[in-house]
Amino acid sequence: MIWRKVAVPLAAVLIFLALWEILVQANGWPDYKMASPSDLPPAFWKYRWLFLEYGWQTLWRTVAGLAIAVVFGLALGMVMGFSRTLRDALYPLLVGFNAVPKATVVPIIALLFVGQHDFNTVLMAFMISFFPIAVSVSIGLSTLEPEYRDILRALGASRLAIFRKIALPKTLPEFFGALKVSVTLAFIGTNLMEIVSPHGRGLGALFDSGKTSADYPLMFAVLIALAALGILLFYVVVWLERIFAGWAERPAS
Amino acid sequence: MADLIEIRHVTHAYATPKGPLPVLDDLSLSVPEGSFCAVVGPSGCGKSTLTRLIAGLMKPDRGEVWLHGERVKSPRATVGMAFQNPVLLEWRTILQNVVLPLEIVPTKLTQAQKEARARELLELVGLEGFEDKRPSELSGGMRQRASLCRAIVHRPEVLILDEPFGALDAFTREDLWQTMHALRAEEPFTSVLITHDLRESIFLADEVVVLSGRPATAQFRLPVPDTGPRTLDDLYTPQAAAMLNTLRHQIEIAQGRTPAAGTRKTLPDPAPTESATPEILP
Repeated sequence: MIWRKVAVPLAAVLIFLALWEILVQANGWPDYKMASPSDLPPAFWKYRWLFLEYGWQTLWRTVAGLAIAVVFGLALGMVMGFSRTLRDALYPLLVGFNAVPKATVVPIIALLFVGQHDFNTVLMAFMISFFPIAVSVSIGLSTLEPEYRDILRALGASRLAIFRKIALPKTLPEFFGALKVSVTLAFIGTNLMEIVSPHGRGLGALFDSGKTSADYPLMFAVLIALAALGILLFYVVVWLERIFAGWAERPAS
Repeated sequence: MADLIEIRHVTHAYATPKGPLPVLDDLSLSVPEGSFCAVVGPSGCGKSTLTRLIAGLMKPDRGEVWLHGERVKSPRATVGMAFQNPVLLEWRTILQNVVLPLEIVPTKLTQAQKEARARELLELVGLEGFEDKRPSELSGGMRQRASLCRAIVHRPEVLILDEPFGALDAFTREDLWQTMHALRAEEPFTSVLITHDLRESIFLADEVVVLSGRPATAQFRLPVPDTGPRTLDDLYTPQAAAMLNTLRHQIEIAQGRTPAAGTRKTLPDPAPTESATPEILP
């Protein structure tokens, strides 16, 4: 079982890397057109300390932004899930806010909070990732079948008890589904800020410096590092989901 | 002994964009303590509204609902409810689902006592061995059994059943009718059952009330004679057939399909079948 869970995805990754290598070699592409997997280990090794330092910065900023997005998204989703008026009022605002390309927001934030690079990056990660959480929680709460509420209301249960015992657990699968989307979005937010803002740090800045010095293998290495971090965080969410909402998973037959 | 449930001249209408939609019109109904009352009527005649009024989930526009000599103004812990949808909480085991009401109503029971009480009921309905399963692992009939246990675990005075067997297949339904009788023998409660199934109504109830079409009022009452413990065979006697026929005609009147009673053959069919249940108009 565990063999299958590890070996199958691992084999898929290896096949992907092999196909990539073959594609580059067969076409004889130089590394400024497309680096091949064999170019990557030297790039990683050459900048190993920078990768560790910047990788950590990117990771903690993303997690911090995501954590704020979870708290804010949950609160907003609850407000919108329970009050129809607030839902009607906030939806257009929220959709409009989400529709604004975040790349255009980066310079505004960078100007607003000059020099606050950590803060700006976390803010960006948060702003880009709270939307799916808020929407899914509000939908989960507003579509709660009235009978679920009635079985407790008929006993004289308080609103808080109904929320704690019914609404919250019932919404958890939707919440985790949204969180999986938000994880990857948060990385996009972090990197947008790291790449665009001058004198940035983090993997995004490393990518930018690779671009400036025409170090193509480094640029590809950063992409792979980002993908690896994304996979890592994604599976942390999967693990949390199994703990808190494992009941929603149908046993495999 | 006074009636445990008393509904006095209740009139209710829902507000809709097209104006008020009257659903109940001067409806009066009383159920003596320990008695089982079945309410039948055409679809959409306000039967579910009636259950929500008794449970205190809604207030009537006019009229009063009394439970045990107290006017119902809000939900109370002495009521248990079961619906057509068993609404079990998927994240809880069957045992935890049955214990749920005991976590809400004020009780002096310890956790162990609560679980013992739940186990006792689950055994009574034939669910021993399934306590630690999730609802998704159970069949529809078993889920409905668990839902019934949850409805009575806190020993409610009033049990409100809103078509709890409606979505089950015919054989499972008959099994659950017998389970209902077994529960009633062990647990004293006064019950109101909403149903579309006339056989179900005469098998389970002490009195069947036919509601008229919307806005509903109590159109007809049929006492079901107490002839000792009932078995499914009792549904295939001439007396049962006569009762079913009477109810069927009353439903047709409620639906506005029969101009006047008595113009049709009123003798019981020799072998009443499923056709004894009238088709419900869309």
